Amino acid sequence: MRTLRAVNCGETVKVVKLHGEGAVKRRIMDMGITKGTEIYVRKVAPLGDPIEVNVRNYELTIRKDDAQMIEVE
Amino acid sequence: MPIKIALAGNPNSGKTTMFNHLTGSTQYVGNWPGVTVEKKEGRLKGDKDVIIQDLPGIYSLSPYTLEEVVSRNYLVNEMPDAIINIVDASNIERNLYLTTQLLEIGVPVVIALNMIDVVRKNGDVIDIKKLSEALGCEVVETAAVKGTGSKEVAAKAVVLASKGTKPSPRYKFSDTVEAALTEIENLVDSISNHRSRRFFAVKLFERDEKILEQLKLDENTINRIEEIISKVENELDDDSESIITNERYTCISQVVEKSVHKKNKSRLTTSDKIDLVLTNRWLALPIFAAIMFLVYYISITTVGGWATDWVNDVLFGEIIPPAVEGFLVSVGCADWLISLIVDGIVGGVGAVLGFLPQMIVLFFCLSILEDCGYMARIAFIMDRIFRKFGLSGKSFIPMLVATGCGVPGVMASRTIENESDRRITIMTTTFMPCSAKLPIIALIAGAMFRDSAWVAPSAYFVGIAAIIVSGIILKKFKGFIGDPAPFVMELPKYHLPSPKTVSIHMFDRAKSFVKKAGTVILLACVGVWFLSSFNWTLTMVDAENSILASLGKIIAPIFAPLGWGDWKSAVSTLNGLIAKENVVGTFGVLYGVEEVSENGAEVWAALQASYTQLAAYSFLIFNLLCAPCFAAIGAIRREMGNAKWTLIALGYQTGLAYAVSLIIYQFGMMFTGNFSVIFGTLAIILVAAFVYLLFKPVNKHEGLTRKAMAS
Repeated sequence: MRTLRAVNCGETVKVVKLHGEGAVKRRIMDMGITKGTEIYVRKVAPLGDPIEVNVRNYELTIRKDDAQMIEVE
Repeated sequence: MPIKIALAGNPNSGKTTMFNHLTGSTQYVGNWPGVTVEKKEGRLKGDKDVIIQDLPGIYSLSPYTLEEVVSRNYLVNEMPDAIINIVDASNIERNLYLTTQLLEIGVPVVIALNMIDVVRKNGDVIDIKKLSEALGCEVVETAAVKGTGSKEVAAKAVVLASKGTKPSPRYKFSDTVEAALTEIENLVDSISNHRSRRFFAVKLFERDEKILEQLKLDENTINRIEEIISKVENELDDDSESIITNERYTCISQVVEKSVHKKNKSRLTTSDKIDLVLTNRWLALPIFAAIMFLVYYISITTVGGWATDWVNDVLFGEIIPPAVEGFLVSVGCADWLISLIVDGIVGGVGAVLGFLPQMIVLFFCLSILEDCGYMARIAFIMDRIFRKFGLSGKSFIPMLVATGCGVPGVMASRTIENESDRRITIMTTTFMPCSAKLPIIALIAGAMFRDSAWVAPSAYFVGIAAIIVSGIILKKFKGFIGDPAPFVMELPKYHLPSPKTVSIHMFDRAKSFVKKAGTVILLACVGVWFLSSFNWTLTMVDAENSILASLGKIIAPIFAPLGWGDWKSAVSTLNGLIAKENVVGTFGVLYGVEEVSENGAEVWAALQASYTQLAAYSFLIFNLLCAPCFAAIGAIRREMGNAKWTLIALGYQTGLAYAVSLIIYQFGMMFTGNFSVIFGTLAIILVAAFVYLLFKPVNKHEGLTRKAMAS
C-alpha cells in the first residue's frame, strides 16, 4: 500500500482510500482530500516535516504521520 | 425585534474584512460563553435594527472543534433570520463544502462570492446564474478588500430574512444516501417538522454524538437508525461520516464544473513564487530568524520599549503622580486618601496603561504577519520542533516576546487556534525570564556569585526547560487531550496586508486587554497598596510594619524547605507580584537602604550575611518560575477566558516553582552532606514523579475514539 507519506516532491497522485477514524480522518476529508482527489506534493518543511500539498487548487500542510493515513495510487 | 444575520465562512475568506465593513465601528468583541472562542457582534451600518453576528472561521460543521460546535449551536438553536456565507471565489471548491452544510440548516442563505477580483485577474470566469441555480440560493459578487458588494449582500440578506425563504439546492446525493436520509427524517418525530430536518438527518446519519445527546431519542429509534446506517455503510464500503463528505465533494465538483471556467490550470502565481523563497528548504529558517528578530527589535527593544518606558517612568513616574499629589495636597486631602489615589489607583492605572504602547506595537507586527499569510508558514516551519513538547509551531512567538515582557507574550498566544495548545502556551510563556526579572538575576548573581557568567544563562535555561517539561507533562492530563485537532492546516495565499484590517485587529486586542486585564490589574494593585500601607489597626505605616509584612512573616516558614524561610524574602516575593523588579526594591526597603540601583548593589553585603549561595539560587529560581506579576496575571485571565483556568495556571506555575526550588535546594544540601530526612526524601520523590510523568506513555488516540451509536 502506497501512502501520501512516500510520495516525492513534485509528484501528483490520486487518492484511493482514507484510513484511520474520528476527528483526524474527518478533518482531512473536510479539507477536501476525498476518494479520487488529485494531490500535488509541493514541498517538505525545512526540518523534514510536515509537507505542503496542493489539493483542489489550494495549499494545504499536513504532518507525515497523518499523510500516512492517505492511501494513494 | 431586530433582525439577526449570521456571517459564516472559511478562515481566510475575507470574513473579518467584510464584517468590519458592514458594522463600521459599532462592534462588540467578547468570548462565547464558557469558551475562549472570540465572539464578535455589531449593528449594520445605516440600519441599526439589523444585528450582524460574526461566527468563527470554520471549514465544516463537524463536532470535533470548538469553533465548529459553537457555530452550529448558534445556527441551529438560536436560528438567525439569515446567513451570509462568504465564499472565497479563488478557492471555490473547498469553500462550497461549508456552504453545502449551511444550506441544510433551513435558514435563508445569501452567498457573498468574495475575492471575485482575484478570479477575474486570473482570467477565470464564474457563471453566477448557474451557480445560484445549482445551490438554490442568491449569489452576490463581492471584493471585501475593495469594499464592493458588501452593501448589496446585506440588503439581500435583510430582504430574505423578512421573507424567510429556505434555500432549495438542486444537487442531490446518490440515491442510496438520499433514501436513507429521508427515512431518518420520517422516522424521528422531533425532527420531521423541524426547519433544520435535513441538518439533523445528516448528523444522525453521521452518528454525531452531540446531536444525538441533544435530541434524546429512545432506544428503539436509535436501533432503527443504526440499521439504516449500517445498510448504507455495507453497500458503499465506508463509514457514514466519510460517505457524507464524499457525497458533498462529488456534488460540489459537479456544480463547479458547470459554473466555473478556468483559463489555465497550473501556473505559478505571485503567491507561489513568494512561498518558494520564504519556505525554501535552506532559506526558510534564516528568513524566519530575521523576521522574528525584527518583530522583537521593533516591539521590545526599540519603538515599543521606548514608548512603554516613557509611560511607566515619565508619564506615570514624573508627570502624573506629582501633579495629582500636588493637587490633592492643595485642596487639603487626608494623607491616606492621597496615598490611595496616588500610590494605589494612579499606580494601578499606570500598571495597566504602561504596557499598552508596547502591546500596540507588538499587535501591529503580529497583525501584519497574520494578515499577509506568514503566520501560517511559521507553524509550517516550526511545527516539527514544538510538536515534540506538545505545543504548536506558533507558540514560538509568545515565548520569544515573553523574554521582553510576559504580558504581550501571553496576549500573543491568541494566534494559536488549538485550544489546548493555547492553554499550555499561556501557562508556560511566563517561565521565560522577562526584562523585569533581570534585576533579580543581577542581584543574586552580583551579591552571591560574584557576577559569575553562568547565573544569567542558567536562568534562561531553567525557563526553557520548564516550558519543555511542562508541555510534555501537561499534554498527558485530561483537560488537555480533549481537543484532538490534527495538524492539517491551510496555507493561505500571500497578500499585501490591508491597513484597515491590521489597525482594527491591533486596536481590538489593545481594547480587550485594557478592559479584561485592566480590572484585575487595577484591583490587585489597589489591594496590595492597602496591605503594604496599613497595619492591622488600620493606621498608615511603612512597608516593613504593614499587614503585608505580617502576612509575609506568617507564610515565611513555607519557604524554609527551599532554604529562605526568613520573612524578608517572603515579603519581597509577595511584592514581586506587583512587578518583578519590586523584589530588588523591597529588599532595599527591608534592609533599610534608601535608594537601590538596578542590581541592588547596596544590599549585597546584607544578603551575603543572611543567605547561602544555594538558598539564594533557590530563591532566584522560585521568583523566575512562580506566578507572574499582576499585569501578566491579568493577561492570563483575559486569554484563558475564565477564572478557573486562570487559577489552574497560577497554581501550576507556583507549584512548579516550589517543586523545582525544593529539588535544587535539597539536592544541593545532600551533596554538601546535610541530608534532611523529610524534605530530602520529598525532593527525591518529586524528581521521581517528574521522570515518571515525562516518560509515561500516552495513549495517542484517547479522546479520538468514538463509541458506536448503539452497541
